[in-house]
Amino acid sequence: MDIRLEAISHSYGDTEVLRDISLDIPNGKIVCFVGPSGCGKSTLLRLIGGLERASKGRILQLGTPPKGCLNPLTYVFQDFALLPWRSVQGNISLVLEDHGIKGTQADTIIADVLARTKLSDFSKALPRQLSGGMKQRVAIARALAVKPAVMLMDEPLSALDSQTRELLMDDLVALWTRQSFTAAYVTHNLAEAVRLGHRIVVLSRRPGEVREIVEIDIPLADRSHGNAKLEQTQKHLWDMMRDEARAADEELLDV
Amino acid sequence: MSDSTAPTQPIEVRFRGGGFAPKARRWVGLAVFIFLIGITEVGTRQGWISSLTLPKPSDVLATFGELWESGLLFKHLLPSLSRLAVGAAIGASVGIAVGIMIGLFSYVRAGMVPLVAAIFPIPKIALLPLFVIWFGIDEASKYALIAFGTFTPTVVATYGAVDNVDRSLIRMGQSFGLSWLSIVRKIVLPGAMPGILSGLRISLAIAIILLVAAEMLGAEYGIGAYILEAGSLYDLERLFAGVVILSLLGVILSTIIGFIEHRLLGWRA
Repeated sequence: MDIRLEAISHSYGDTEVLRDISLDIPNGKIVCFVGPSGCGKSTLLRLIGGLERASKGRILQLGTPPKGCLNPLTYVFQDFALLPWRSVQGNISLVLEDHGIKGTQADTIIADVLARTKLSDFSKALPRQLSGGMKQRVAIARALAVKPAVMLMDEPLSALDSQTRELLMDDLVALWTRQSFTAAYVTHNLAEAVRLGHRIVVLSRRPGEVREIVEIDIPLADRSHGNAKLEQTQKHLWDMMRDEARAADEELLDV
Repeated sequence: MSDSTAPTQPIEVRFRGGGFAPKARRWVGLAVFIFLIGITEVGTRQGWISSLTLPKPSDVLATFGELWESGLLFKHLLPSLSRLAVGAAIGASVGIAVGIMIGLFSYVRAGMVPLVAAIFPIPKIALLPLFVIWFGIDEASKYALIAFGTFTPTVVATYGAVDNVDRSLIRMGQSFGLSWLSIVRKIVLPGAMPGILSGLRISLAIAIILLVAAEMLGAEYGIGAYILEAGSLYDLERLFAGVVILSLLGVILSTIIGFIEHRLLGWRA
């Protein structure tokens, strides 16, 4: 299933945050959104998943979601959003219960997603017992459990330390390589974008507009450290963003 | 640093990070009780506390023993407990229900919050005659008074607790397509539980206070009636025996809530 954005604009009161954004998120690809802070990239993600309504423009789902898909547009949040009173297992069964999936059927799905995120030994643990990286893996497992057509990832690695972030990036690559998924991935970290993105959308500072769309055709599994082409792309992205980022940093926040 | 030329003695860094971290200290609470009661006992025996100021703790204990032996204790305690249970149960459950509604629906909030603010400061005891007219002099008016008194603090605690539920968890629930009822049942309610339970501690203490007030009118038996009778006769031993029963009741209720918190909120630890 593809997602198409048609001339999306969005304002909060008098503050225009997004202006005339049109693009496609193609099936089986990871599209990264980068931009200076406050450029509305997280807002864009909330619009795509239907958590907010765009002031102008339309967001379309093209094609039908895959078979067995329970929740086509599924988020992975920066703050994990796990229920602290439910175990790892309980947090995943939470999103299955409403679809009438209980008992052995649910157990099978939970065992499968926990195995895929290497969490099988922790199914009874409570969130407070887990490290940040493990919490985010639980959140990813929860997202996989509903077999999403598109994963909407809002800075999923930003709350983690840099080593954990590296490890989790490897996990995401392995996950995608085993079974490709479609994702809209918001980040402010350019290294993450060039490591995980098939397509990188660069947004300008507020009001966010598409400045450039960069395609990277190296397969995810081959994107090792020190790859010259990737470093060049990352430098290109940074050159494009540096001044915008500085200007955005010096703006007064009155939203 | 670099401009001081004379070599100075190294000074060990002073530790200044202590305190502000309460720890469980068992038996201290008990020790305070024993100390205060002991002082009173010694004072009343030696005479530097006159028997008009405070009764002898041992006499109070003896009175308590008489109460127990004559069977009067349960004759007073049981009606009181049933009044407390019925009144507090009605007040707390209606209060929790209304509090959750206020937390969830804007119109209920707009309508009820000013109303609750208006009835919260009314001394419920002042309304006792009104309740007698409405519900009669029997048990119903006592239930109503206790229920009314527990209702308002429970409402305020509950809607505050619902307001404090992490919005990002609710967003998460919506983003996974959970039904409204599931979000309320599985996210809002457990998230509000800590606040509701700590509100309940206050509400139940108020319920005990109002129990005595309710038994001021037309109650033959009951801890409140017993205390009032003793008070009007200036029988300090019996007065204190009654007060001790109320205190124990408060401690027991608070322990029960602590136990419930331990069971339901184990995930916080």
